[in-house]
Amino acid sequence: MSLEPVAYVRAAREPEEPPPMLSSGAIAWVRANLFSSIGSSLVTIGCVALAAYLLPQLVAWATTRAIWSASDGPACRQHQDGACWAFVAAKWDYLRFGSYPVAERWRVDVVEAIGAALIVWLLWMNAPRRAWGALLFFVVYPILAFILLRGSSLLGLPIVDTLLWGGIFVSLLTAVIGIVFSLPLGVLLALGRRSPLPAVRMASVVFIEFVRGAPFITILFMANNLLPLFLPEAWAPDRLLRPLAGIVIFSAAYMAEEVRGGLQSLNRGQYEAAMALGLNYPRMTALIILPQALTLVIPGIVNNFIGLFMDTTLVSVVGVTDFLEAMNNAIKDPVWAGPTIMTTGYVFAGIFYFAFCDGMARYSAHVERTLAKGRR
Amino acid sequence: MGDSSAGADRGDAAAIRFTNVHKWYGSFHVLRNINLTVGRGERIVVCGPSGSGKSTLIRCVNRLEDHQRGSIVVDGVELTDDIKRIDEVRREVGMVFQNFNLFPHLTVLENCTLAPIWVRKMPKRDAEELATRLLAQVKILDQANKYPGQLSGGQQQRAAIARALCMTPKIMLFDEPTSALDPEMVKEVLDTMTALAQEGMTMVVVTHEMGFARQVADRVVFIDRGEIVEVNAPLPFFDHPQHERTRLFLSQILH
Repeated sequence: MSLEPVAYVRAAREPEEPPPMLSSGAIAWVRANLFSSIGSSLVTIGCVALAAYLLPQLVAWATTRAIWSASDGPACRQHQDGACWAFVAAKWDYLRFGSYPVAERWRVDVVEAIGAALIVWLLWMNAPRRAWGALLFFVVYPILAFILLRGSSLLGLPIVDTLLWGGIFVSLLTAVIGIVFSLPLGVLLALGRRSPLPAVRMASVVFIEFVRGAPFITILFMANNLLPLFLPEAWAPDRLLRPLAGIVIFSAAYMAEEVRGGLQSLNRGQYEAAMALGLNYPRMTALIILPQALTLVIPGIVNNFIGLFMDTTLVSVVGVTDFLEAMNNAIKDPVWAGPTIMTTGYVFAGIFYFAFCDGMARYSAHVERTLAKGRR
Repeated sequence: MGDSSAGADRGDAAAIRFTNVHKWYGSFHVLRNINLTVGRGERIVVCGPSGSGKSTLIRCVNRLEDHQRGSIVVDGVELTDDIKRIDEVRREVGMVFQNFNLFPHLTVLENCTLAPIWVRKMPKRDAEELATRLLAQVKILDQANKYPGQLSGGQQQRAAIARALCMTPKIMLFDEPTSALDPEMVKEVLDTMTALAQEGMTMVVVTHEMGFARQVADRVVFIDRGEIVEVNAPLPFFDHPQHERTRLFLSQILH
């Protein structure tokens, strides 16, 4: 038994109307997101109150109550309720270069400036001729940087032993080398782990599982003490090179598992379509599989990069003076000793690490959004 | 049928020659003693119940699946484990899949030019010219710079056909090309395939579209439980099926 007439035929098109007032706009957003219920309103008010209580104190500590300039400790020792930025300013050169000879520090400046320019070129997605940027960054720049930092008697640049390298520039060097080498090595390991050749697969599995199963500090000590034992004395790797190898190996194992996740989430049809078109394995991998797999795991890869950047602070256990170690040394300087010095130093170090890691996270989010926009 | 003359070479009149082919998935005997010769320019429609082995059969032609016994000769090249021969065959055999399998990270145009550039070593400009011509032929030139995810199913499948044609293949394989499409998009894909058949392309098509089979096929091959049960020209195949299993199958799909 039908409750309405059985037949119906539309006579005219239903007109298009704008949405009701309260479903869009700023007020609607606030209502929907901040005050949607009593509980939600309480949480909103609580958070705002906490921020209103804490933020002004923190800002005052870091700005109005801080000591911005002083030549030594006493000024800071008298003002104990503010940061002592004068200390950071006084130690700035040491924090940047470690014990790198003062007369030669311009070389580090040049390497950093060129590196920054090339990285911007590479990361700017619409930049012209990125292939050239990549060639310069991955081939020309490492050679140039090595010659400049290490020195060359041929060019009349005094040799600076890596024992003297330190500070921010060593932290950045470690991070860049770790990132640049661990991703390709991780991709190779991930492909190796899925290889149909048992020998390749076993080698990859053993490497990945062994490295993942050991703490980073163990890997660092092993790289530091075992590498020289395995290699002839003339090839004994440099004191800085050993922890760099350690960080690349460690990060590559995690990267490999991240990339493997991306490879596994690809549809079999993609492989089949590539094979059916006659693409051989290297071309299929480079042109079809990796571009998709890597795009899928950008968040995980960047997560690894961020972890790697943090882990660079551990190279100090094998005697490398990275930025954090330089900060530790600076804090111990009796000229500046005082109650606010340690807080100031570590807050500054925290801001430094946060700035770089947050930059990486934001850039990756931007890349994801850009790629998503193009394809959907 | 039943043609087992060995000694296939480039001068072979056959485009594809299956001789006593067997295939197993583990211990499951999925293809049993397949003998089939596809002539150059011939259009074959393969049909059969799901799980009968019809997709496996055409996937053996470009070695997406390997066979364990018997021989498959494609365009004069016998398929073995030799990767060079497999590549040689794949260059000459285009394939269209049920789920399109377009590369989602590339535009439609890039999907089409990829293989000509990297496999045929064609200059980029020539490859784009070729792709433009073929995209116009399948009537989606206006979508050339979009990504596959922005296209309808029918458009994606036509793009996939254009992509395969860009390798100027001698043989085209279609693996249920309309099965994943919404009903209103089936016709545009079938029309494209019909036009291709009229140009004389050698085609092996796995499909349930019996109207297409009637109109386009030279022969219809019915496969059931891993074996070829009946082969005939479309008219006698549909109007006077001989084998009991063929009759049962046709009665089920034609209502």
